[in-house]
Amino acid sequence: MSTVAEVPVVNTVPTDQELIDFVVREARLIDQQRFDEWLDMYADDAFYWMPLEWNQTDPRLTCSLMYEDKLLLSIRVERLKGARTFSQKPKSRCHHVLQTPQVDSRDPSTNSYVTWTPMHYVETRLDEQTLYAAWVTHHLGVENGRLKIKLKRVDLINCDAAFGNIQLFM
Amino acid sequence: MIRYAGNSEAIRALVREQAVHRDVYVNEEVFQLEMEHMFPNSWVYVGHDSQVPNPGDYYGTTIGTQPVLLVRHTDGTVHVLHNRCPHKGTRITSETCGNTGKFFRCPYHAWSFKTDGSLLAIPLKKGYENTGFEQSQAARGMTPVRHVRNYRGFVFAKINDGGLDFEEFFGESLTSFDNMIDRSPVGRLKVAGGVLRYMHNCNWKMLVENQTDTCHPMVAHESSAGTVVEVWKKAPPGTKKPMAVEIIAPFMSPYEFFENMGIRIWDNGHGHTGVHHSIHSDYSAVPGYFEKMTAAYGEDRAKAILGENRHNTVYFPNIMIKGPIQLLRQFKPIAANKTLVESWTFQLVDAPDMLLERTLMYNRLINAPTSIVGHDDLEMYERAQEGLHSNGNEWVNLQRLYSPDEAGQTNVAVNGTSEWPMRHQFRAWTKFMTMGM
Ligand code: FES
Ligand SMILES: [Fe+2]
Repeated sequence: MSTVAEVPVVNTVPTDQELIDFVVREARLIDQQRFDEWLDMYADDAFYWMPLEWNQTDPRLTCSLMYEDKLLLSIRVERLKGARTFSQKPKSRCHHVLQTPQVDSRDPSTNSYVTWTPMHYVETRLDEQTLYAAWVTHHLGVENGRLKIKLKRVDLINCDAAFGNIQLFM
Repeated sequence: MIRYAGNSEAIRALVREQAVHRDVYVNEEVFQLEMEHMFPNSWVYVGHDSQVPNPGDYYGTTIGTQPVLLVRHTDGTVHVLHNRCPHKGTRITSETCGNTGKFFRCPYHAWSFKTDGSLLAIPLKKGYENTGFEQSQAARGMTPVRHVRNYRGFVFAKINDGGLDFEEFFGESLTSFDNMIDRSPVGRLKVAGGVLRYMHNCNWKMLVENQTDTCHPMVAHESSAGTVVEVWKKAPPGTKKPMAVEIIAPFMSPYEFFENMGIRIWDNGHGHTGVHHSIHSDYSAVPGYFEKMTAAYGEDRAKAILGENRHNTVYFPNIMIKGPIQLLRQFKPIAANKTLVESWTFQLVDAPDMLLERTLMYNRLINAPTSIVGHDDLEMYERAQEGLHSNGNEWVNLQRLYSPDEAGQTNVAVNGTSEWPMRHQFRAWTKFMTMGM
């Protein structure tokens, strides 16, 4: 499988294209299961949020499918490598199809940039293949010359449906 | 091939003292009989009355596979109705929950019904004159479930007239509900936070059994809880233990922990793990909560309420509650090999928000379709559902810590790794399956 270069150094104020490339790269690292590099794209105080409710505003007193800090994300990544992770024997694979991310807002004064990306996500495990559709909102910022994810929000179109296992990352 | 219908002998033969036949999990005919007999003969959890606070509020759910509505009638009482139009069977409500006002109106031909189900009006009523309509079943409106009991907010219903009355059915097991509810300084719970819905390709009873299966966490959850423990070890010394670690790490407790925590067995398949302590015992105190409890109950009583750390209480047939964290899971049967698991959470009225926050964190870390702990469990259920199709051995072994004198005993506490609760669930299963057969 071909690789992509490490996250490029960006200017203090990233261009729209740099934001777009970053979001596309995140999906690619997940698809290629390069999870350690993927984790590196997250700021230390980042959250990965997958709401349970349509238009959910509160991650604390309303339940979510996922609302995970970097510790929990790193536990997931470690678990995927485990010899006794039976739900990953055989392993899942996944595939993202992104629409071109749109830059919704950019505010260099607060170092915050927001992109919006509609996507289809397929997760498979042996004979099972499941398709999900979602909108992904990335809240990004520049740290030490590199873009980092501060918050990634995945709004599934059917967030309130009864799902089977979702084992990888959207 | 019909093997089990009307054949209570054949049903009874599926459950031995120390083993059950695989047909209880894989056979579609047995599943249909559960829906026809076992669920209607039992008191089944329908919903919480905080889901329908105002007159006209309704919430749609199932008893077994039968669609029903929980509804707040105009007079303030809570009713359970079969959710089908007496005309042609159309489901009456459009949304899962909502407010219907003073009456239900069927969207197909506009028959309308009061919120206790009775027929209110039919368009072009003249067309039924001299047809004997008054004697028809349709004229009685939406069929009510006759036996309904609201226990401190938790609503149960029994479809059949036979069977046991509510107190006899639950007996002392209601103390687990009491403890969960008493944890609110005003003794009231409210459904809060949203429901997690998780589809399982396995028989519903595998989930029920698993709630008292204390020999699996340190094995099946080694991948998730074990990784939490390992990753946490690498944290710099002195780092405050995050709530998430407090929640998941205890799943890795050793066998002795679970042996010593104890299991209690009550009549009719009910029982609970965590007689002496549980994986919920060592959570950090929530600021301000104990003070509120002491003010409400006095110190001794507050300590007694909070000192109870029951782990999972199973209410036969298909719910489990966790009193210390106000969580209720319902295992909704769809087919012999398909179950919808709903995990509900409750707010302790007048208690600090942080308790609900922790409950919701527990729910999404353990019970969500995105939960790594959930993945561990579902993998095992689905493998069992598959493996049971082997003819090499048609029996599931439930022999752990069996003693020949256990049938008929109730309210006993035993070693926390005993499979007695599972044997007990199947004794109840046989009883409510064959009742009236
Ligand atoms: S089916 Fe309900 S009114 Fe006809
Ligand atoms: Fe488990």
